This record gives sequence, structure tokens and C-alpha cells, in this order.
Amino acid sequence: MTGETLAAGGYSLLALWGEPNCVHLSFWDAGSGEAGVMSLPCPEGRFPSVGRLHPPALRLERTIHDLFGLMAEESPDPRPWLDHGVWGTRFPLGKASPSHGPTAYPFLPAEGEELHQVPVGPVHAGIIEPGHFRFTAAGETVVRLEERLGYVHRGVEGLFHGAGLEQAAKLAGRISGDTTAAYSSAFAQAVEAALDVKAPPLAHWLRALCVETERVANHLGDIGAVCNDAAFARMQAFCTVLREKILRAADLCFGHRLMMDQIVPGGVRTVPSGEALRRLRELADEITGSLPGIQQVYETTPSLQDRVVGTGVVPRALANQYACGGVIGRASGRLFDARSHLAYPPYPELHFSIPVREEGDVDARIVIRIREVEQSLDLIRQIIDGLPKGPASRPLPQERATPSEGVALVEGFRGDLFAWVRLDERIRVERCHFRDPSWFQWPLLEAAIDGNIIADFPLCNKSFNCSYAGHDL
Amino acid sequence: MDLVQSSLIQAVQMILVLLLAPGLTGLVRKVKARLLGRQGPPIVQPYRDLLRLFRKSPVLAPNASWLFRIAPYLIFAFTWLATALVPTFCLGLPFGPWADLIAIIALIGSARFFLALSALDVGTSFGGIGASREVMIASLAEPAMLLVVFTLALVAGSTELSAITAYVLSPSVGLRVSMALAFAALLLIALAENSRLPIDNPATHLELTMVHEAMILEYSGRHLALLELTASLKLLLYFSLIGTIFLPWGLATPGASLASYLAGGLFYLLKLATAGVTLGIFETALAKMRLFRVPDFLGAALMLGLLATLLRFVSSSL
Repeated sequence: MTGETLAAGGYSLLALWGEPNCVHLSFWDAGSGEAGVMSLPCPEGRFPSVGRLHPPALRLERTIHDLFGLMAEESPDPRPWLDHGVWGTRFPLGKASPSHGPTAYPFLPAEGEELHQVPVGPVHAGIIEPGHFRFTAAGETVVRLEERLGYVHRGVEGLFHGAGLEQAAKLAGRISGDTTAAYSSAFAQAVEAALDVKAPPLAHWLRALCVETERVANHLGDIGAVCNDAAFARMQAFCTVLREKILRAADLCFGHRLMMDQIVPGGVRTVPSGEALRRLRELADEITGSLPGIQQVYETTPSLQDRVVGTGVVPRALANQYACGGVIGRASGRLFDARSHLAYPPYPELHFSIPVREEGDVDARIVIRIREVEQSLDLIRQIIDGLPKGPASRPLPQERATPSEGVALVEGFRGDLFAWVRLDERIRVERCHFRDPSWFQWPLLEAAIDGNIIADFPLCNKSFNCSYAGHDL
Repeated sequence: MDLVQSSLIQAVQMILVLLLAPGLTGLVRKVKARLLGRQGPPIVQPYRDLLRLFRKSPVLAPNASWLFRIAPYLIFAFTWLATALVPTFCLGLPFGPWADLIAIIALIGSARFFLALSALDVGTSFGGIGASREVMIASLAEPAMLLVVFTLALVAGSTELSAITAYVLSPSVGLRVSMALAFAALLLIALAENSRLPIDNPATHLELTMVHEAMILEYSGRHLALLELTASLKLLLYFSLIGTIFLPWGLATPGASLASYLAGGLFYLLKLATAGVTLGIFETALAKMRLFRVPDFLGAALMLGLLATLLRFVSSSL
């Protein structure tokens, strides 16, 4: 039933994850603006495939099988996903059994005369995260791209089992280093939802400050990096300086350049000094002043525009089908931002707009990033000016009568990040799941490169900048 | 001029180009780094890199054939010879009579032939991609280069470099539109031939966008050192070629005094430095073009060359 509604576009798939005897599905109903979670016990180790009707669920189902051994019935794609047969065990989170070792992984076929395959990765010429890309090309034109991920699977969900809140918060902040503030925030909110505790207002505002600062730093890095992939190094030189300034200001405010371990369940750890906040606010003004210059260089360099305009188009229908969040969705006309559509404090009290473009190409993704930097800098100013008084954290209960569950959806710089946690009676993590925004963005990269040339792939890939670590967990 | 002296000068020139080439690459990198607000590695860094690579033994793929092993030496030899044929600081080299422009193009073409073969030899997909792109670019650059040569030959009455230079230095050259067009065409060709922006990015780490770098991806140790040195030499060759043909001032004539030879050397260094700095600035201001725009770019070079040749036929004074 839900599968049909998902396939018809009534609901957006937020997450689909497993437990040893159960699968959960979370969705968002655009009509009512409500999100929901449903659970299906599967004592026989099988559950009806959602991917059969709604392709975005396919990789999630394959992952559930790899980790828990639960089979998606009638799934059109039963291949493993994260499990490459090198872990030593099968179904590590379910009924673990010894692994049979690596098996051949059949890539989807593409047939035709003069087609050839180009395998790229998982080890790349540059220092980037590992992922395998299998191109089938006719000369330079890409006919099909298939990704194979899972090389940075670290068993994060397993590490959470039985962890105390402090340890778990530390782990959550290390799932994907560049998104540490958003991950910590999502985990903290999920725990607070589970314990039915409300963090004090100051904590919410400071969390938002961290996440917005993180967004500015990463977007600036990405804007420069995309241009650098078109061999326009000047933009990167410029943006890197700005990014570095932001990181130093973050260090000054929170004692850590990436703001790791600042956001914890119950509140935040550090309240920045007034002097540090004043410096961050000045920097926000300074960068706001530099943005028109960046945009002008970007828009008035014909050689650069020639590379980005019309390259790697993601059709709007696909962005909607995959409920693709973040810059990629918004560049393809999908207006969704967890900060406003499933608003959580303090965003209802702040003013910001959500930039949307229809083109869906590399250019649109860069322009959206520039606009979002602008908005986030404005948010940083609003937050610093309106910072409420009071405590920065609240003590959490040490015990509860029953286990409790909580979910959270936080807008990180890549898009909406889903977190689910179940705590036991002694407030330890029993089960935990994170769905990185990249889960619904990686598949669109395969679609975006269709019909483009191989030489343009790095440009498209960088304009997506999906997370490997957050996806592989 | 006696044979000993001229042989000595030829030897000096051959060693000079070899010594200067890595420095030129270092200079371009330094200029680019400074323009991007970075300190950048010192200009002598390419020498250190070469020294380091020459000390390392190469790692060969199990299926590498003999061709893969000898190709770096052949490619280096062809390019070095071609560079030695171009007058850098003085005219009247003993190799002069063979320093035919067509011979130089043929030497560069041969080097490219072996480079493309060696890229295909190990059978990795990047080598194949690089070779196919390189050959595509070359098939467009070489005709354009030949048209430039034809223009020069028609103007100067010879394809021999010394003769062309002597003619350009003589008062009879005047202001020639065809020479200006050929100059523009040669600049475009030089960018393409040396895998510079906007055709190729020598600084990239993105294996899927590479042209020249993709071809040498499988090389290591002294083989890689030779290929890196060859790339630097080729850049120097094109700079020298442009300098000798279009800006021949300061070249010492045969039998001149030691002072004028030294002056010629200084002029040459000045020309190289100017060209290096200009290239650095140019590359900073530009993004790389889409691969399938390259034919347009080289098509422009071809048309310029063609126009230059035609002008020469229309009027002997143009």
C-alpha cells in the first residue's frame, strides 16, 4: 500500500532500515506535511520489496539484506550492496554466519556495437574517498554508469549497540567528518525525542549556528572545487581562503575547526565567548561582501560557463521520485528543506529563503550553493544577534521504565539527514540508524552523466559531492 | 667557422636546452602558484623531482612488453634531437642544414607515435583514453602546423630554420600579415601540443579528464623521469621555435665574439622567462574547454594557417 503511494509520488521515502527481526520505513507526505514511521515485523526473515514498486528503495533493501539477512521478496535487484564478501562474516547485524569470500559482482549489462567499459576506482589518482565507477561508453559518450560503493563500510551501526550516550554522540560526530555538526545534531535530537526531553533554547540556537557555519564552510569549499575540476583554479584559491577563515572562526568559537563533539544529547558543550561570536559575525559580513565578487567571476568567465551550463542534468521528475534533498534536489526544482518543511527549533523563529532552480545542471548546483551561503551567513547573523539566555544543556534521565525510540530529520549541507535511535532502560543505545542524504543522490549521479562525455564526469561528480563515508557507514 | 668551434656550440646548445627545460616548467608552476595566492614550490623543484625519479627503479606491469620499456628512451631521444635543431641563442649550428621545420615536426610526431603505443601497451583503460584523445588532438594540430610551415616557407623561400630566421632578420621582411596569422596559429598549436590549458590541464589529478597525464599514468621511476623531462623539453622547444622564428633578435651570428654569444644566451633566457610568465598568467585566467570543443580550437589554428598561406598567394607582399 505504502509502496504504491510512494511509487505514485504521494509520499517521499525518507528512510528504510532494518533490525534483526523487523524493517522500518519512514516517509514524508508532501500533502499534509507530516512524516511517519512504520514498522513491519518479519519473523521469517522476509519482507515485501518496496523497491519493486519504488526504485529508490532498492539499494536500501540490498543493504538491509547485507547487514541483517532479511530478504526483500520479489526484489528486482537481489545483488549485494555494501557487502563485498571481505568482512569475514555475512549478516553482521543479524544472524551472523561466516562469509564465503568475495564473489563476482555482475554489473548491469549494456549491449551494443563498439561499446567498451571503463572501470574507475576504488583507488583514484587524487586523494579522495574510495568508490568504484563502471562506465560503459561509446567512444567518449557515456551510455551507462554504474556505481559500486561500500568500500568505507566501518560497521558504524554495530558500534552503536550498547554504547552509552557519550560514546554514541562521539561516534555520530565521526560518521562523516565534513558533516559532523549535522550528524551530532540529528543524533542529539533523536535521543531527546526518545527521552521526551527538550533541550534549552540556547542549545537549539547554538546547534543551528554550528550547522550553518558548517554549511557555509562546505559550500564554499565545493564552489571552489567544482570550478577547479574545470581547471579554473583561481576560484578555488579564492574560496579556500574564505573557507579557512570560517574554520578558524569556528575554532575560536567552539575550540574545534569542524566543531566536533560540540553538540551532545541534552544541549551543547561549549558556549562561545562574546568576543568569538563578534569575530564570527564580522567574518559573516566580510564573506557576504565577497560573494558578489565570486559570483561575478563565476558568471563572467566564458570558458567556465561553457563547461558548467547544460552539463550533467538531473531531470526534475527523478529528483522528485528519489526525494533527493539538498542542493541537488533544489537545483532540479524540488523545493524541500527540512529546516522549513519539517521545521525544528530554532528555524521557525528565523528568516531565510530556500533558493530553487529548475535547470538541474552543474551551473544550477553552483548557483544554489552561492545563494545558500548567502542565506546561511544571514542566519549566522540572526542567530548571533538573537541568542537567547539560559543554560546550554539539560541533564538527561539515567533510567526509564521502558525502551524508547526517537527520530530526527536535520538539514545538513548535503541535504536532509535522517536519524533513528532506540534507547534501552538504562539509556544506552540499543539500535541506531542514520540515513545520509547521499543515499538518494548517488543514484541520480548515474542518471546525470547519461549522454555526457566521460571527461565531464569529474565535474558532475564534484557538483554532487556525495558522501562515501556517510553512505557506506 | 671551424668545425671544432661549431661542434662545441652545438654541444653547448644541446646541454643548455636539457638544463633549462625543467627550470622553465618550474617557472610556469611558480607563476601560477603566485597568481593563485600560494607560495608554490621553488623553481628548482622539477630538478629535484627528476633527480628523485632517476634514482628510483621503475615498476612495470606484468604484461608490459619491450616496447613499454624502450619507449621512454625513444620519446626522449626524438624530442631532445628536435629541440637541439632549433637555434636558441645563435645561428649557424652544424645541424642547421638538417634543421628543416618538417624534420622537427616529424620528430615530434614520431615521439607521439611511440608515446601513444606505450600508453596502449599495458592495456589499462586510462592509457587507451589518453592515447585516443592525444591522437585526436594531434590529427588536428599537425595539419595546422604544416600550414604554418608552408606559410613560412613561402615567405622565406625555405623550410630551413636558419634561412627563415635570417630572412626575418633581414630588412626585406617588412610588415607581413601572413606572418602574423602564422604566429597566432603557432601559439594555438603550441598550447595543444604541450597539453596546456585550455586543452589539457597539466596539474590535474582527475584521471578521467587527463590527456597527456593519462598516457604516462603507468610509468614510474626513471621512465617517468624521462617522460617528465621530455614534456619540459617539448615546452621549451615550442617556446624556442616561436622565439627563433618570430622574435629572432639577439641571436648570435656564426663566428661572432664570445660576448655576442653570451648576449645571445641572455636574450634567450629573457625570451623564455617572458614566455613562461605569459603562459602562467594565461592559464590562470582560463578554464579547461570541453573535450569536443578542441576541434573548434585547433580548427581556428588550421584556418589561420590556411589564411596565411592563401594571403601569400594573393599578394607576395603580404
